[in-house]
Amino acid sequence: MNAEIKNDRDTEQLRKLLQDALPPIGSTPSSRDFWPRMLRRIDEPPSCIPPRVPWFDWALLGVAAAALLLFPALIPALLYHL
Amino acid sequence: MNVLERFAAGEVEAFEPLFRQHQREVYVWIVRIVRDPAAAEDLTLEAFWRLYQKRDRLDPGANCAAWLRRVATNLAIDHLRRFKPTVLLAAEPAGPNQTDSVELQEGRAAIRNAVNGLSPKLRAVVQLVLIENEPYAAVAESLGISLSAVKLRVFRATRILRKKLKEAGVWP
Repeated sequence: MNAEIKNDRDTEQLRKLLQDALPPIGSTPSSRDFWPRMLRRIDEPPSCIPPRVPWFDWALLGVAAAALLLFPALIPALLYHL
Repeated sequence: MNVLERFAAGEVEAFEPLFRQHQREVYVWIVRIVRDPAAAEDLTLEAFWRLYQKRDRLDPGANCAAWLRRVATNLAIDHLRRFKPTVLLAAEPAGPNQTDSVELQEGRAAIRNAVNGLSPKLRAVVQLVLIENEPYAAVAESLGISLSAVKLRVFRATRILRKKLKEAGVWP
């Protein structure tokens, strides 16, 4: 029970320190209306940039290709699992 | 028929009132986590863009505000993963204040560094629960986790912060 009370007291003390260093933003409103920006985004033509493939996907593909070249017997096993 | 029902039924014109109804709430929620107004604005637009793209699969009976808040929280945490905070809000004591001692300013800087050193998930919880005094239930819903998971994250973050602040000589 005492440990719990101490823990609560510590949390409250920490809360005060945090709020002193990083004042709460609360509900400070933004006076800006974001709708014009949203509208521009909606009206933008769809991007033709191909999706970015992470490097480890390429590495995995390379390893798989190398394995198939070195051990062609794996091909039926791979096809079975696809 | 409410705005969400109209939008889910394919009425694209209903997106504007839906956006205007929730934009401020979503922005404030994000800015509380990332503490960067410019980034919060971009992330707000991204959250609504996802809603717009999902319009064909929307559940008209869904709680739009809760859905947006969940997406906003995930986007804000992703942002914290990608960027270390560099921008201070106007409300933050950035520069030296005549009335504050050097010790006090250093203490505040140590606290900010300690918070910034937390993992994005813990930082988000610290921002919302300990700094913004958001109820645990609201934070749990926005993160899509249980109430006890939020409490556990607060406990873990508190323990880490206390240790770091003790090392910095800020915690008694």
